[in-house]
Amino acid sequence: MFRPSNHLILKEIKEKKLKNLLSTVTFFLFLPALIIMLWLFVKGSSALSLDFLFMDPIEGMTAGGIFPTIVGTFWLVIISVLVACPLGVIAAIYLSEYAKDNTLTRIIRLAILNLAGVPSIVHALFGLGAFVLFLKMGTSILAASLTLSVMNLPVIITSTLESLKAVPQSYREASWNVGASRLQTIRHIVLPNSIPGILTGVVFSVGRSAGETAAILFTGVAFYLPFLPQSVFDQCMSLSMHLFTISTQVVGVPDAYPYATALVLILLILSMNSLAVALRSYFRTRRKW
Amino acid sequence: MVTKMIKKIEIKNLTVNYGTKDVISNLNLDIYQNEILAVIGPANSGKSSLLKCLNRMQDFNPSARISGDILMDGESIFKDEDSTFLRRRIGMVSPLPVGLPMSIKENVTYAPRMAGCKDAQELDFIVEDCLKKAALWDEVKDRLDSLATKLSGGQQQRLTIARALSHHPEVLCLDEFSIAIDPVTTMKIESVLSELKKSITIVMVTNVINQAKRLGDRTAMMLNGKILDIDRNENLFHGQVNDLRTKQYIEGFFG
Repeated sequence: MFRPSNHLILKEIKEKKLKNLLSTVTFFLFLPALIIMLWLFVKGSSALSLDFLFMDPIEGMTAGGIFPTIVGTFWLVIISVLVACPLGVIAAIYLSEYAKDNTLTRIIRLAILNLAGVPSIVHALFGLGAFVLFLKMGTSILAASLTLSVMNLPVIITSTLESLKAVPQSYREASWNVGASRLQTIRHIVLPNSIPGILTGVVFSVGRSAGETAAILFTGVAFYLPFLPQSVFDQCMSLSMHLFTISTQVVGVPDAYPYATALVLILLILSMNSLAVALRSYFRTRRKW
Repeated sequence: MVTKMIKKIEIKNLTVNYGTKDVISNLNLDIYQNEILAVIGPANSGKSSLLKCLNRMQDFNPSARISGDILMDGESIFKDEDSTFLRRRIGMVSPLPVGLPMSIKENVTYAPRMAGCKDAQELDFIVEDCLKKAALWDEVKDRLDSLATKLSGGQQQRLTIARALSHHPEVLCLDEFSIAIDPVTTMKIESVLSELKKSITIVMVTNVINQAKRLGDRTAMMLNGKILDIDRNENLFHGQVNDLRTKQYIEGFFG
């Protein structure tokens, strides 16, 4: 009869050990996220209420709610996505489907990668110079959103490029072979099969915008506003900035307030990210190859 | 058989280069209307590159350099900047089966739809007609709306043939159409091809020498980007060759 040799048994033990190691490391990665959420919930839940969500901050931001900051964040995110999304997707389609591989396009690709690595405070200064001062938008929702879209463009372009590349070249060739033009091929073959990846990138960038503080600091977000923004040329408040303000700049804020604000912000971002994951898995089940 | 030989395609001094080496060098070839021209030859001899030139798929390959000219019905195919119209006149079946990620029906109607056909009845007719010609109709007629990518390799290959016929091409190019197909189905398709040549011209690249012998009117032997031999099948396969290597290749000694 065949008996496992010592060598085989040792191998099995090693295999088990390695598996345990990997699962432990993975668990520890998950731990910080869990602890942060729990901690915020424990410290902040006492302040959470419908009033907190739907009231203005009052008494020098030491009481009331955070409604204007939620509205402001909403504005900033929506406008920045509406600007960045079409621009990014169009640029990615050009780079992936039309552009020849030459020095110029390589420089463009490199520039996009570098743009992704620029710190957000530098984006803020750029936004201040370009949108607020040069284009005379003033500190406004518009200027802040545009700054956010510049920051998000590389993310959207890169994720779109990846998902366009994931469509097999043979599909394009088959489509060209029967006399479909480049544009028809993109419209009927390439885009329908890369939508999930594109959407994922977009939604993740939405989450990133919602949490961004530095980029909107000089360009459109106010410390405190007694009214809601009436147009895109008004300033607004934002969740992330408000969190910074009440935790460091204002005296006498109830202990639970910053935690509750952070909790709202994180839940907002988490729900956007889960939307991205849900979209991705939904489209994956409908994936056709 | 063919009483009057009309030149459908004339290839003049065609040279194709992918950077360093000439894949096709200075090739001259006439293809007549309503014939089946079989192209044989060992790997790397430029057979597929030749087909890709015919429908200008080389346009999409930035490293390809092409010189010389190809005339179709006496007009240069390189005349128009836009090659989509040319591709509608040529049906191309590539060696690897590609079912586009849509339903079987949408696959077959893709080309006519892209050319602007919206008539549902006509599209239905095209689906049935082309799938029958590709010997696939009986297997899929009950599930035309299921995904083409779920078909087996051989079925996808026949779907590719159906798709290549769907836009009523004047010239049909087949690159190794039978690799993924069983012999019985291959025979069915071959008989369809013999039928089709009454109305269109067929260029067929094949590694199966018997297929070239069975199906072709003429056969061209390619090696290293040149045509060693081209002649009517009754001559070529009965020892009348210019180059000894053709005879050896046909008999299986070389290649």
